[in-house]
Amino acid sequence: MIRTLRPKAELLSRPFVEKIIDEAVLLLGRHGVFVENAEARTLFKEAGMPTDETSFKVLINRKLIEDSLEATPLTVRLYDRAGEKEYVIGHDEVHFDPGSAAVKILDHATQQERPPLTADLVRLARLTESCENLHFQSTALIASDVPEIIADSYRLFVGLQFCSKPIVTGLFRTAGFRPMFEMLAAVRGGAEELRRKPLAVFDACPSPPLKWSHLTAQSLIDCARAGIPSELISMGLTGATSPVTLAGTLVQHVAENLAGLVICQLARRGAPVIFGGSPAGFDMRKGTTPMGAIETMMIDMAYAQIGKYLKLPTHAYMGLSDAKINDSQAGLETGMGAILAALAGINVVSGAGMMDFESTQSLEKLLIDNEICGMAYRLIGGIAQRDEPLALRLFEGLGPESQFLTLPHTRKWYRVEHMFPELADRDTYEAWVGQGRTSMAERAHNRLERILSETSSNLVESALQKELQAIMRNDARDNGTDVLPGLPIG
Amino acid sequence: MESTYRLLAAMTAAVIEGDRAAAEALAAKALADALDLHEVIEKGFIPGIQKVGELWENGEYFLPELISSAECMKAAMAVLQPAFAAAPAEAFRRGKVVIGTIEGDIHDVGKNLVASMLSANGFDVLDLGADVKLARFIEAAEGTGADLICLSALLTTTMLNQRRLIEMLKDRGLRGRFKVLVGGAPVSRKWAADIGADGYGENALAAVKLAVELGPKRRLA
Repeated sequence: MIRTLRPKAELLSRPFVEKIIDEAVLLLGRHGVFVENAEARTLFKEAGMPTDETSFKVLINRKLIEDSLEATPLTVRLYDRAGEKEYVIGHDEVHFDPGSAAVKILDHATQQERPPLTADLVRLARLTESCENLHFQSTALIASDVPEIIADSYRLFVGLQFCSKPIVTGLFRTAGFRPMFEMLAAVRGGAEELRRKPLAVFDACPSPPLKWSHLTAQSLIDCARAGIPSELISMGLTGATSPVTLAGTLVQHVAENLAGLVICQLARRGAPVIFGGSPAGFDMRKGTTPMGAIETMMIDMAYAQIGKYLKLPTHAYMGLSDAKINDSQAGLETGMGAILAALAGINVVSGAGMMDFESTQSLEKLLIDNEICGMAYRLIGGIAQRDEPLALRLFEGLGPESQFLTLPHTRKWYRVEHMFPELADRDTYEAWVGQGRTSMAERAHNRLERILSETSSNLVESALQKELQAIMRNDARDNGTDVLPGLPIG
Repeated sequence: MESTYRLLAAMTAAVIEGDRAAAEALAAKALADALDLHEVIEKGFIPGIQKVGELWENGEYFLPELISSAECMKAAMAVLQPAFAAAPAEAFRRGKVVIGTIEGDIHDVGKNLVASMLSANGFDVLDLGADVKLARFIEAAEGTGADLICLSALLTTTMLNQRRLIEMLKDRGLRGRFKVLVGGAPVSRKWAADIGADGYGENALAAVKLAVELGPKRRLA
């Protein structure tokens, strides 16, 4: 049998990859990086790097970068809430998750964006649980009915209860780490168990160009020490916060990520790190940051290729759209992104449900995107040799009626070789009219209602739930608030 | 005079082209020739930035042209500035603005663009930079007698501090003293209304228009 080819796409030649890395390393050595966090600067200083306590500028030499790369694991492993299902982040594995930290939700009934509520966060977590092609969940909405100061921990608190999948999250304040770590450790039954079986990834975004803020560097340090994987989200905007050429932006992207990676390794050698990002081809007409731009996707694919060359797990914000409603643009941008990400072998692909420049989640889109992700998985599954010979024998018994429908071979393989979308319309025109001439978004909404009308399954057991509640209450109280929105469970 | 006319036209062209060196040289020549500076600004440089605004609105100019022309305008004004210190009338003042990216956020590209456009359009701009503490905004606004406070935020997390600043102004009984404009990628008109800001500009030019509208009704001299 011939081995199935894993379909792949690469945008850079090897010499180009090496040139970009080389310039990024030179950039860190000559121009350096702005490190706002004192603890991180101390780590650099102890490693012998020139650090300036006035300008916060740190120069990083090639040797430290190479040494840090050497120390970074090739793969990251995440485990579901039960600690049973393992997901390998690395090689050419692809895992999709909802785009995170939306401040708005597209309300299907009004077709308008509005501030999300806790109830929306719960619905999103439950829907994510139901989406088979979304391997991870993310803290995808910022609930507006929760005090802002505890918005980060609260998202995790809700996600952990209503979805059993590993979670992509992040901090809005340095003090958020403790309660969030405590929740994760509570699920695992201890800090060591959590280190052994990570449940969450924390995103940390440098500020382009070449700055690591106090909060994000602290997140890297705290996560490294706790064994929580950090996802480095460099996000240059071509021609605005990074060079306008795609290759120029790649140099900055790699430099920012490498600086973050070094901080992680200095904080704890061997810390799990994911080489990620959310750059964009900045739109010079509108001053916006289109995630659905083809150039954005090209930058994503290219830095992921560089990440792979450096033997690192990779991530990108792909498979999302800048459309404001679930229209053709929403589908085409999301579809292109998910397919290209899968072909590029990007390990964590964040974007499902997201629209309007990473600001808005749509629950209907989340379900549509789940289907897109399914198609992407089918694509990278490739074309396999199922039989030897491939087809010759099938023609031997074929009568004059010449059909394959009744062959056992057809029955044996059709569900394996073909996927059956739930939402894409494959009806005849008459059947489509008969079913109410629905759009894909309407069908998605109907499906959503069906899923949410069922009783939640796979919730946390009540002892753990109480423990999570206690941690959340303490965090709220420490921040001067006693009132939290009620959750639809006891 | 024919040569003055040509000089003024060259100033306009320099701003439209974003040719900073030419704009500075022309401003210096205006000083050396002791030209009427009001005329230099009103008929030389301002028509340039106005034309740039038109080109932007017509979709012919994009951000790189807009920003480089604004920078060019600022550079020319900086050359002329010392001469105004001695002059009795304020020739080119539309109001005082304190601007910055809010606490917790170190993204400043959008803010720089707005600051630049405001300054190119005749506002006296004090740019506090990025990650500006809330109290610092208020101190600076009080200290300079600002008309407007402009708050930028790129992150959905830090835009929440825009609300806090408005609360802080209220607590200190200063809300009526300053107009507060908000902007930044995650910010919307609705958000501005929700937090009780005076306005929201979706881009740098909209911010300028808003500032002109909300600023003190001083006309150009």
